[in-house]
Amino acid sequence: MDELINDFIAETRDMLQALSGAIVVWEAHPGDRERLDEIFRFVHTVKGNCGFFDLPRLELLSHAAEGALAEVRAGGRVADTRLVNAVLAVIDRIGELVQALETGENVASEDDEQLIAALAGNSAAEAVPEALAAPEPESRKAVRSIRLSVDLLDRMMNGVSDAVLARNELARRLRDAPRDVAVETAFERVSACIAEIRDGITRTRMQRIDSLFSGLPRMVRDLAAELGKQVRLEADGGDVELDREMIEMIRDPLTHIVRNAIDHGIESPADRAAASKPKAGTLRVSARQAGNQILIEVADDGRGIDGDALLRKARAAGLVSAEQADRMTAAQKTALVFMPSLSTAEEVTAISGRGVGMDVVRANIERIGGVVDVDSKLNQGVRLCIRVPLTLTIIPALTVSVDGQVFAIPRSAIDEILRAGGATVRIDRVGEAEVATIRDRRVPLVALAALLGVETRAERAEQKLILLKPAGGDVYALAVDGVHDHEELVVKPAAPAVMAAGLYAGTTLADDGSPILLLDPSGVAKCAGISFDESELERALLAPAAEAEATRETTLLLFRALSGACRAVPVALVERIEDVAAEAVRFSAGKLRVAVGGRILPLAGCEAAPATGKLRILRLTDGVGELAYGFAEVIDIRAVALDVQPAPAPGEVAGVALIDGLQVETLDPYWLFAAHRDAVEASEAQPVCALPEGDPWMDNMLRPMLESLGYRIVAARDGVAADILIQSAEAADGTASAAQILRIRSRPEAEEGGDSIYRYDRAGLLSALSRGAVKGGANG
Amino acid sequence: MAELLLIARLAGRRIAFPASMVEAVVELEGLTPAPRAAAHVAGLSALRSRVLTVIDGLASLEFGRSGEGGLREAIVVPWDGHNYALMVDEVEDVVEAVAPPTPIKAPLGAGWDRVAIGMVEAGGGLILLVDPHLLIAGPAAHAA
Repeated sequence: MDELINDFIAETRDMLQALSGAIVVWEAHPGDRERLDEIFRFVHTVKGNCGFFDLPRLELLSHAAEGALAEVRAGGRVADTRLVNAVLAVIDRIGELVQALETGENVASEDDEQLIAALAGNSAAEAVPEALAAPEPESRKAVRSIRLSVDLLDRMMNGVSDAVLARNELARRLRDAPRDVAVETAFERVSACIAEIRDGITRTRMQRIDSLFSGLPRMVRDLAAELGKQVRLEADGGDVELDREMIEMIRDPLTHIVRNAIDHGIESPADRAAASKPKAGTLRVSARQAGNQILIEVADDGRGIDGDALLRKARAAGLVSAEQADRMTAAQKTALVFMPSLSTAEEVTAISGRGVGMDVVRANIERIGGVVDVDSKLNQGVRLCIRVPLTLTIIPALTVSVDGQVFAIPRSAIDEILRAGGATVRIDRVGEAEVATIRDRRVPLVALAALLGVETRAERAEQKLILLKPAGGDVYALAVDGVHDHEELVVKPAAPAVMAAGLYAGTTLADDGSPILLLDPSGVAKCAGISFDESELERALLAPAAEAEATRETTLLLFRALSGACRAVPVALVERIEDVAAEAVRFSAGKLRVAVGGRILPLAGCEAAPATGKLRILRLTDGVGELAYGFAEVIDIRAVALDVQPAPAPGEVAGVALIDGLQVETLDPYWLFAAHRDAVEASEAQPVCALPEGDPWMDNMLRPMLESLGYRIVAARDGVAADILIQSAEAADGTASAAQILRIRSRPEAEEGGDSIYRYDRAGLLSALSRGAVKGGANG
Repeated sequence: MAELLLIARLAGRRIAFPASMVEAVVELEGLTPAPRAAAHVAGLSALRSRVLTVIDGLASLEFGRSGEGGLREAIVVPWDGHNYALMVDEVEDVVEAVAPPTPIKAPLGAGWDRVAIGMVEAGGGLILLVDPHLLIAGPAAHAA
């Protein structure tokens, strides 16, 4: 609304200015029809506009003038001096009122009626022109403003940027030349002037944040009406100024946040009444400046974000491991709202789905060098705080070089800068990829030179590593030849043909006037293939939580199997490596077994007992039982971040991973122990849970949970006996027998008369399973 | 008023650009490569405080790439909010068109067909009139 008013004021003032000539002419020649028409059009327009804004005084005045002038136009009245004076007095008053609107002053209103009466030809108002001639109060604020085209401003900005560059050039020349105090003093003055001009021009790019807030009341009203909620909007700090472009960049994220708050945050009046809150929710949007940052806060007093619900979803989606979940603070749980593809809303509504898009909101804010924080108290409300730099065009950046060419990196994305050859850094080549280990933290390494397809001039050990945390992505290290300087850079968008590379965020100019490309950290990650794209994300959703974190590593024992294949098994599972005599291996009781250390262990990894010689075995343990695995030779022990391509069917081999450029088959210890279960020498009775085969959800999500509860997992095949049998409610087939059957459904809605439990109903599952565990333990 | 034409040489041919689309003719100082940008982008250069995206005219026609080094003459073409420098072999002259451009009935050969507006009688001969925006857009934009 404020913006419209400002337009109205500016337009009216422009018209008044244009009209001033006509007024003078009309005053001299009241019969001049053309001038009369011009003035009539003016009052008519003002009157029309006033109707919009609820400005009764202006409307009354312009209406009266319009009426009088219409009479003259129709020939019903002659434009005598008195009428001309009266009309001019009204027009002057309109000017005063419009100015007052802008400055927020009051104009005495008591003589409005006199002015109107004068128009009507009432002789009582004869004295009006004299009254108007009275000197204006000195205190009136002078309004000095003009409207400029943005093009002109941009040209001025460019001119100033040129001047800054020229100054820098001159400064360099002066440093090289013999010292001359007089010249230096003059130069200092020029420098100071240019800095001041630059400052002023920068300020012309500023706009009141009002223009961002002005759309909110209507949006809030419409949304609330649509959703049947009552929302009171409080906007504050509209006079904070922000870079024009910045305002445009914030518009969408802010809209999204406000929509979310109304849709999901603020409850229906009935719910609010039940929670003994005022019926109408309050949404507070405020802006303020803090240093060289602008804070925009959106706070509601709704139900808040349920951090635990978010965490459950994140766990279920495999985005957070159990270990991480345990360590999470309430704030971290709430911040999960920014994770891609998480939504606490059970159903995504037409308005928004909280979470769906919050990751986009954050990415958008971070793209302009901002930060967004969320703070939530359950049932008390959510406070979202956006912090953005004052201006979009000046970005603090670090300049780096590779192959002699300088690039800039936005400082907001930089975590740390290290020497590649430093003591805290280790770089391993894993297949074709490189992994940097920095103080036990493993991050993918991207060589900028290789990515750009240029030569590097430095050895890897002499290079610098820049740890980057792109918006919405994972940390990675960027190897560059050199790190130069922190600079404040004026960044401009690059041409589409350059942006097509996907690596750049824009261009800027160095002090010497040469162009520099600003790297886009998330674009670099994407080009290097280390970011999560959609399909990877989907895979992460299906993969067990432990593997969802791409950079998480396992220490593996690499060995050559008897078949010659290169295989790996987690070192943690290997109890010891032993050589046994061939005679110790026997096919007995339907299985290959090996006698070792006075015990008989089931033997896997070989088809038949070796004829002669020795057999080397791995003694694997799951903490309870043991089994032996025959193999040929140990290759190495490596700690690697595993990216396992799963095998088509469950079996001895879980899948294949790339380690040191070799295809390595990773053993599936679960399968091994499950397959040899009946023969595994168990030290104590464990409850047994039979799990249907081939259900990825059961294998990957449920299984770790069951195991953590102390269950031994067996495949639910014909004739398998178990303490508890898990069945899918959708595909129930009772082939295994069990003391208890737990039916799990994949849809939240219960089917009729069903006793099944929803798969993400953790509490329900846990209670059913712990009953089973106790029973199983008691039976055993 | 007859249209003003900027006559230049590109890939050994004389061509004309509508002068109204050209802001300036410059000699490029320094060229910053833009790795992995579109193939017809030679790099970036600066004109005072403005960044110019330098387009290799030869590459845009898919005739190869311009050689390294030497003075590079380029025409500055502002388009869609960005400033482009279109590298040509040589800028010859600015002349008035004798007559409006006429369509060409014969195939011009690969590359030229994509960027031609028509042919125009100017400077004592018939010259191919080229749309600098199409040269800037490059071969990929056409394919899309």
